[in-house]
Amino acid sequence: MRRSRFPFIVTMAVLFFFYLPIIILIVNSFNASRFESGWQGFSLMWYKRLFHEPEIWRAARNSLLIAAAATAVSLVIGTTAAIALHRFARSRLQRFHFGLVYTPLVVPEILMGISLLMLFVTAGVELGLFTIFLAHVTFCISFVAMTVLARLQDFDESIVEAAQDLGAGWWATTRRVLLPMLLPGLIAGGLLAFTLSIDDFVITFFVAGPGSTTLPIRVYSMIKYGSPPLINALSTILLVLTFTAVAASQRLSRSRH
Amino acid sequence: MSEFLEFRNVSKRFGAIQAVDGVSLGIKKGEFFSLLGPSGCGKTTMLRLAAGFEYPDTGQVILDGADITDLSPNKRKVNTIFQSYALFPHLNVWENIAFGLRVAKRSKRDIETEVEAMLRLIRMGDQAGKKPDQLSGGQKQRVAIARALINKPQVLLLDEPLAALDLKLRQRMLIELDMIHDQVGITFLYVTHDQGEAMSLSDRIAVMDSGRIEQVGSPAEIYETPRTSFVAAFIGDTNFLEGEVTGLVESEYCQVKIADIPGVICFNDKSMKPGNPVYLSIRPEKIHISRDRPEESRLRNIVPAVVEDMIYLGSTTKYWVRTHGLRVQVLRQHFRFFLDEKPIRWNDDVWIWWHGDDGFMLDRYRAVDEHLVALPPRKVGEPEDNNEKP
Repeated sequence: MRRSRFPFIVTMAVLFFFYLPIIILIVNSFNASRFESGWQGFSLMWYKRLFHEPEIWRAARNSLLIAAAATAVSLVIGTTAAIALHRFARSRLQRFHFGLVYTPLVVPEILMGISLLMLFVTAGVELGLFTIFLAHVTFCISFVAMTVLARLQDFDESIVEAAQDLGAGWWATTRRVLLPMLLPGLIAGGLLAFTLSIDDFVITFFVAGPGSTTLPIRVYSMIKYGSPPLINALSTILLVLTFTAVAASQRLSRSRH
Repeated sequence: MSEFLEFRNVSKRFGAIQAVDGVSLGIKKGEFFSLLGPSGCGKTTMLRLAAGFEYPDTGQVILDGADITDLSPNKRKVNTIFQSYALFPHLNVWENIAFGLRVAKRSKRDIETEVEAMLRLIRMGDQAGKKPDQLSGGQKQRVAIARALINKPQVLLLDEPLAALDLKLRQRMLIELDMIHDQVGITFLYVTHDQGEAMSLSDRIAVMDSGRIEQVGSPAEIYETPRTSFVAAFIGDTNFLEGEVTGLVESEYCQVKIADIPGVICFNDKSMKPGNPVYLSIRPEKIHISRDRPEESRLRNIVPAVVEDMIYLGSTTKYWVRTHGLRVQVLRQHFRFFLDEKPIRWNDDVWIWWHGDDGFMLDRYRAVDEHLVALPPRKVGEPEDNNEKP
């Protein structure tokens, strides 16, 4: 009996729908045309132009800086939160704690943006890179904690006991057993935090100050006032970087199992 | 010999559950000692108290003369084999075994020689580079043993180590554990709910129930002379018969009236006097069954009965017979098979008999323990009656 072609067609249609905009974007980044009104020949001019836009590079540097710092800090806080949530899962305090950690995942971003802005203004903190960093840490903690918690949940508690039983103190247990076993979770959580931070727009938009433009905000203003083909080129570069990172992390976590 | 590992009046409570209730117990050096009991009896808590994963509410744990009650697990010279093995999944066999020595910051050369020796002991030298998830259950078990033994513990604690293995492998590992115990000569504290494991491995067994120790003794003592109905019913099968002492025979035996069977002879090791109520426990395999009336003999109890149920078990057949309103379990070994012998069938009239030395009287009796004794399959339409006397 011939198998139905229907599932294949549906799958292709869905993939087409998902990836067509991205393909158009990539193709257009090599388009010599100034306006997206048709193919005018292959060109690398937009990529070349990109290198002469110091504003973009400053924004990219800001974004990377914030993402790296927010990832590092939220990894530490998020992981300790996850360990506390896991170890004392049944206590009432930790159930409340779980609610606190979980809420930022579901609260609308715009609400978080406004509330953070009001907090900073009330506290008299000058808006800038530091406030963006604080805001990003706030929501990254939740994502890291949830990812690490998932890893902890299929974790045999007796493995920690075994380490202690074999003579390992707190530090040796953490370094030789806990951290290596949590590593895939830490990598996954860290990557998630990094990507969330680097492409966050809504919250950043509220808490950014003068001179602290990040890449997404820069892109937004370029769409309004600048040239779309430049954005296409920039987006293609970001896309390649993201794909490489995701592929690397997948290979890494696969080799762990 | 003095006690090597000692629990002194130890109690531990988890919320509403009294896991261990004032237990005092001494284990001798080099002994293979088992804690045997049903799940929830407190045996694992005892082991965790010895390992340092739990601290007692009251009482002391003494190891080799030193009070280790408040010592943390990494400072105790005891090591544990976990039920789930708890091997480190990110380390290979070699690194798992070396873990204790590495933490102790031993020299590289020491570590290498000792790990190699351990790999030889568990016969896994060719598997040293494998990760735990590439190993079979039996291999994981052996790695767990090597990993614990390499620290040269004063006591090895084993928490149901064979529970996760299938029957054949379990039997092989039993022999292996026994060999390892003989080779290394350290004290083993073995926790299990499986009487077969405890019986075949142990020098002594402590039978536990509800956080208390019911009886301590050698496997044979526990099986042949259980002191309480719980021990009698938990270890092997038994028949409980309620009766009253009516007279003494030859100073060592007494006559017991059970239901309306007069003059059942029983060994009187509890110095019972006429008028004392007693419970007799008789193992099914100690009772003979036959269609022909056996010869009268000194100290032999002979009772007529009717077969109510039977189960063929291969090497044995189990019968449930009724006599004088009592239900009695009988186990018969098939050691010969005569073609002209008429086999025993349902509703046959039979004779059962046993020697006066084969029944024993119980110090303590609880009716609930009868539920531990396997009841026969119910016939269709027969009313559920769990309080029925055997």
